[in-house]
Amino acid sequence: MDSATLIAIASIVTAGLTIALGSIGPALGEGRAVATALSSLAQQPDAATTITRTLFVGLAMIESIAIYCFVVSMILIFANPFWTHVIAEAPGK
Amino acid sequence: MQAARGKPAVRLSSDEVIFWQSGVFKLNATIVYTWGLMLTLTVGSMLVTRRLSLGLHRSRWQNLLEIVTTGIESQIADVGLRRPRKYLGFLGTLFLFVATANLFTIIPGYDPPTGSLSTTAALALSVFVAVPLYGIADQGLLRYLKTYAEPTIIMLPFNIISELSRTLALAVRLFGNMMSGSMILAILLTVTPFIFPIVMSALGLLTGMVQAYIFSMLAAVYIAAATSDRESPSGASDEA
Repeated sequence: MDSATLIAIASIVTAGLTIALGSIGPALGEGRAVATALSSLAQQPDAATTITRTLFVGLAMIESIAIYCFVVSMILIFANPFWTHVIAEAPGK
Repeated sequence: MQAARGKPAVRLSSDEVIFWQSGVFKLNATIVYTWGLMLTLTVGSMLVTRRLSLGLHRSRWQNLLEIVTTGIESQIADVGLRRPRKYLGFLGTLFLFVATANLFTIIPGYDPPTGSLSTTAALALSVFVAVPLYGIADQGLLRYLKTYAEPTIIMLPFNIISELSRTLALAVRLFGNMMSGSMILAILLTVTPFIFPIVMSALGLLTGMVQAYIFSMLAAVYIAAATSDRESPSGASDEA
């Protein structure tokens, strides 16, 4: 197996694993956040606007962790420096 | 993966679409769309505010702008800034730019400039510069620099690192959300019938609005954190 194949395999597998594992945590966190927000909405409906606004801000912060993982996996697939290096060298071989 | 022909099937960002090039200066899609947005916002506002009326009869566009402006002002006041008018220019511009940039994805053939890391990095850098500026304008240089050493001097490197990392987080959060939205849409358009990409496009609009709100609110929170150590220990506030 030459280095080009190795790099390709490693990049593809890592890209898949990154987004797969990286979205577990934020998904669980967002579920808990929404559940708590719903129960506090049930307890105090007149604070609905504050609770909803804070919920959305919190969700965006939690979501950004998943976004970081997504960005890494996109870089591995579309802007992979190791792959471009290997491809650039390929015609010379 | 990028094929041997050298061009990726799905573009990572609109930075790569170049309209015009001369030497070092490249006019790529991001810049052109940003200029288009600036033109729309500026000319639109100029047209609406040409004949402002104080009475009960006002044009619907003036009403819209007033709703938006007072809404932003009340949100800034909610965050804890005591004189929202001072920060309305900066924070309102952030929100309006990001919101219109994300809203116009409805227009076919348009790529949001916030889907490019250069735009979001520039916006995050402007927040990074604005926070100490507002803090120093509010508290004076020495008192602002002293806040970095709170609660103890050991926290100094961590405070600096947190400043840098939250700037980076601002940039990457907005970039990731916008880029993923347009990329999912592009990929879906190649594989599924038209109804599913429409739903994803609606979701992309929603996340675009939420991200615009998040970006400006986080900037407001950072500014509030930098300026709020104004109260002297006796509890008297220096704010007029």
